[in-house]
Amino acid sequence: MPSKTSHHNDHGGGSLSTKFDAIVVGGGIVGCACAYYLSQSFQRVLVIEPGPIGGASTAAGMGHIVVMDDSPAQFALTYYSQQLWTGLVSQMPADCEYRPTGTMWVAADDEEFSHVEGKRKFYESNGVKAEVLSPAELAKAEPQLRDGLAGGLRIPSDSVIYPVTAAGWLLSEAKRNGAELIQGKRATKMGQRSVHLEDGTQFEADFVINAAGGHAPLLTPGLPIEPRKGHLVITDRYPGFVHHQLIELGYLKSAHEMSSESVAFNAQPRATGQILLGSSRQFVGWNSEVDRKLVTKMVNRAAEYLPGIQQLSGIRIWTGFRATTPNKLPIIGAMPEDPSLLIAAGHEGLGITTSLATGKLIADWASGSKSVIDPAPYIPGGHHEH
Amino acid sequence: MTESRHFDVLVVGAGPAGMAAAITAASGGAKVGIVDENPQPGGQIFRAKVGKLAPEVAKSVEKLAASGVELLNGLTIVDAPQPGVLMGATHKSMIILKYSKLILAVGARELFLPFPGWTLPNVMGIGGLQALVKSGLDVRGKRIVLSGSGPLLIAVGAYLKEYGAEVMAIVEQASTANLARFAAGMAKYPSKIKQGTPLIFGVGRLIQRGAWVESAHGKDKLESVKLNKSVGSIQCEYLGCSFGFVPNLELPMLIGCQVVDGFVKVDSLQNTSIANVFCAGEPTGIGGIELSVVEGKIAGFTASGHTERAQVLMPEKQKWQAFSRALDQAFALREELRGLVEPETIVCRCEDVRHRQLKGYDCGREAKLHTRCGMGPCQGRVCGASTRFLYGWEHGTVRPPLVPVPLAGLANEEQGKTK
Ligand SMILES: Cc1cc2nc3c(=O)[nH]c(=O)nc-3n(C[C@H](O)[C@H](O)[C@H](O)COP(=O)(O)OP(=O)(O)OC[C@H]3O[C@@H](n4cnc5c(N)ncnc54)[C@H](O)[C@@H]3O)c2cc1C
Ligand SMILES: Cc1cc2nc3c(=O)[nH]c(=O)nc-3n(C[C@H](O)[C@H](O)[C@H](O)COP(=O)(O)OP(=O)(O)OC[C@H]3O[C@@H](n4cnc5c(N)ncnc54)[C@H](O)[C@@H]3O)c2cc1C
Repeated sequence: MPSKTSHHNDHGGGSLSTKFDAIVVGGGIVGCACAYYLSQSFQRVLVIEPGPIGGASTAAGMGHIVVMDDSPAQFALTYYSQQLWTGLVSQMPADCEYRPTGTMWVAADDEEFSHVEGKRKFYESNGVKAEVLSPAELAKAEPQLRDGLAGGLRIPSDSVIYPVTAAGWLLSEAKRNGAELIQGKRATKMGQRSVHLEDGTQFEADFVINAAGGHAPLLTPGLPIEPRKGHLVITDRYPGFVHHQLIELGYLKSAHEMSSESVAFNAQPRATGQILLGSSRQFVGWNSEVDRKLVTKMVNRAAEYLPGIQQLSGIRIWTGFRATTPNKLPIIGAMPEDPSLLIAAGHEGLGITTSLATGKLIADWASGSKSVIDPAPYIPGGHHEH
Repeated sequence: MTESRHFDVLVVGAGPAGMAAAITAASGGAKVGIVDENPQPGGQIFRAKVGKLAPEVAKSVEKLAASGVELLNGLTIVDAPQPGVLMGATHKSMIILKYSKLILAVGARELFLPFPGWTLPNVMGIGGLQALVKSGLDVRGKRIVLSGSGPLLIAVGAYLKEYGAEVMAIVEQASTANLARFAAGMAKYPSKIKQGTPLIFGVGRLIQRGAWVESAHGKDKLESVKLNKSVGSIQCEYLGCSFGFVPNLELPMLIGCQVVDGFVKVDSLQNTSIANVFCAGEPTGIGGIELSVVEGKIAGFTASGHTERAQVLMPEKQKWQAFSRALDQAFALREELRGLVEPETIVCRCEDVRHRQLKGYDCGREAKLHTRCGMGPCQGRVCGASTRFLYGWEHGTVRPPLVPVPLAGLANEEQGKTK
């Protein structure tokens, strides 16, 4: 097992050492979370980010911190992460826009509602509070929802943050612990305890962590990660229009539909009073153009649940990419053939939520500590489609 | 079902450039449409109705009405979903506009520069002040200071005096030497002399050269301003600011037109980098009415297939381009204006983002993501130009919709189908 010894700058007086305990490649929320936890055990941590901190998928995402029940491994990771987030809330600055909105899973019809009780039991038996709402209770909690819905499932402990500033804050905390940042340069090669940058510089470390999101396979060929595009629409400010993160219960169907494009109703109240509307999923490579047809579908879908949304002013549409793996679980852990090369990528539509658990698993591995959850389901090599 | 229309030549923007382009293109028999977000054609100057020039623009408005060009007023272009198609929005519906040739004559807007107190009520852009007076604001006996740069200050000062305002000072940041050089060069442009003379000699003793407003003060609204030059402050009810104009690049950029040094790149015939898309007027360079008009005519000829007639206009265009360069030099904004902001000065009004939150960033996108600067309803239309000036950030990417539209408009069936 690796030791905790740190390596000092032996260039004396020089600017940046070339030898680190750990180098994190990628300054998205996952890389920042890795740096945050690594910096608690190691003195010399380096983060490399070519663009803005949190400027890739992290800036595109919705920032819903959500416990998911679609597989035991997904549940374990999201639940653990959610608890870590809750533990950090009191330290997070206001601009992280943390809001304990809870999640309201909305059942459109009796068929969907028939799954609600089973879900409630699962959540409750695993320690997550969950409440079933009748149509009348649902209407009272969210008056903008249309009449005639079958009911809802409320998970009060879920929340919403603004991912970019949260990533920035995690990194600034890491820096306070001594971590360093190289910004504006891309890594071109990593593994075997070293990272090469595009300008020819090279850094050594006991561990190198690939947290390059959807671009991780460019640095570690063979990782089964593909970009899955999503569209989001944001409105002007309408405080109080909705209160919970609202998601249709059919959402998982949409999220698991791997082949075609799909849309699902997903509406989030931002701290600013704006409504952020998701979500679409499609495999179209890295083409970031706005697909008007899909936006139409998304807005129409939202209007089926929130008819009043049509009158709200939309101010911007953007797209982003989820880093998708065949079995929907992120890849976290050491490469079998190079135990100094750790992967922290492939977080699909849950990377804001699962960033903290990911960072913790990575730091546990590097420092030889036992993890709170079983890391086995996420280890590189096991991500085949079920 | 959404209405859909097709034009041989579609012009966006009914200012001097757009009107000239539309009239010219229609003279050859093409089916031409002209879109403007305002209820009437005329563009920025006609809205403001300043001095003696508005009648000239009024003449074009009349000509346009008689030209057979279809006027689509009160329609804002909000999206360009694919080549050959634009989406327009009125206050109640969306309309699809298809074109064979497109002329972008979308003009410019006022540049706002932040300084301490610029967000106080009754501190406004000169165009806004003008528009308020035009729509009935009574300025009789009101003390007004005008500050900024350019010939517009004088014109507006004269206009306000006509309406009975007490113009306390006209504060021009350009140096006396620059202004003298500019005025000397005006002999080449007889039609412009009226604008040039007062820069040097008039308006009474009101004009202060090489001066600027350092800060505006007041409790709930403006009460006084402080100039860099004087120790005391000037009591006033209104401050009108004008630091020049910034081109409206959003639609050209959404369509994909190449932008170089802050302006849409065009060749001598007004072709942009995108096939069948032309650009005329202020988006290609800020140069006043005459340059806009001649560029509009050239674009109109080119778009309707009469490049030989466009060629004839080159000498005139070059003359007004030279004038535009002289303007640029004379009224170039001085370094000191960058230094007025204090840590607490608001830079982005929509999101209340302050200078101290922004100054460490070298990349505008990073600043935007981390501070919300430019994320509000105006999508950076106001603060984008000032952050370029203050921090040197580049233009951000343009995403639809260009202006806020009801989501019902985005969920438009027909818009979906055109993809
Ligand atoms: C539309 C949409 C909605 C979403 N909604 C949610 C949600 O509500 N809740 C949730 O939990 N998750 C959500 N997500 C998912 C979440 O946004 C992502 O899973 C998460 O941001 C992944 O973070 P990351 O750090 O792995 O990736 P990124 O943020 O993409 O960061 C990777 C970083 O690596 C850098 N990089 C790339 N190549 C190199 C290189 N060669 N050298 C150095 N650096 C490199 C990039 O510049 C980038 O900054 C959503 C995603 C999308 C697209
Ligand atoms: C108060 C004032 C006084 C002036 N005085 C003088 C003067 O004395 N002499 C002089 O030479 N110049 C003067 N100018 C400058 C002159 O007005 C401009 O040079 C000229 O108007 C530029 O013409 P243009 O056609 O390029 O653009 P504009 O006149 O700006 O016209 C562009 C039009 O396009 C419209 N538009 C933009 N985007 C869209 C969209 N997406 N959808 C629909 N419509 C859109 C705008 O609303 C506008 O009506 C003055 C300007 C002002 C404001």
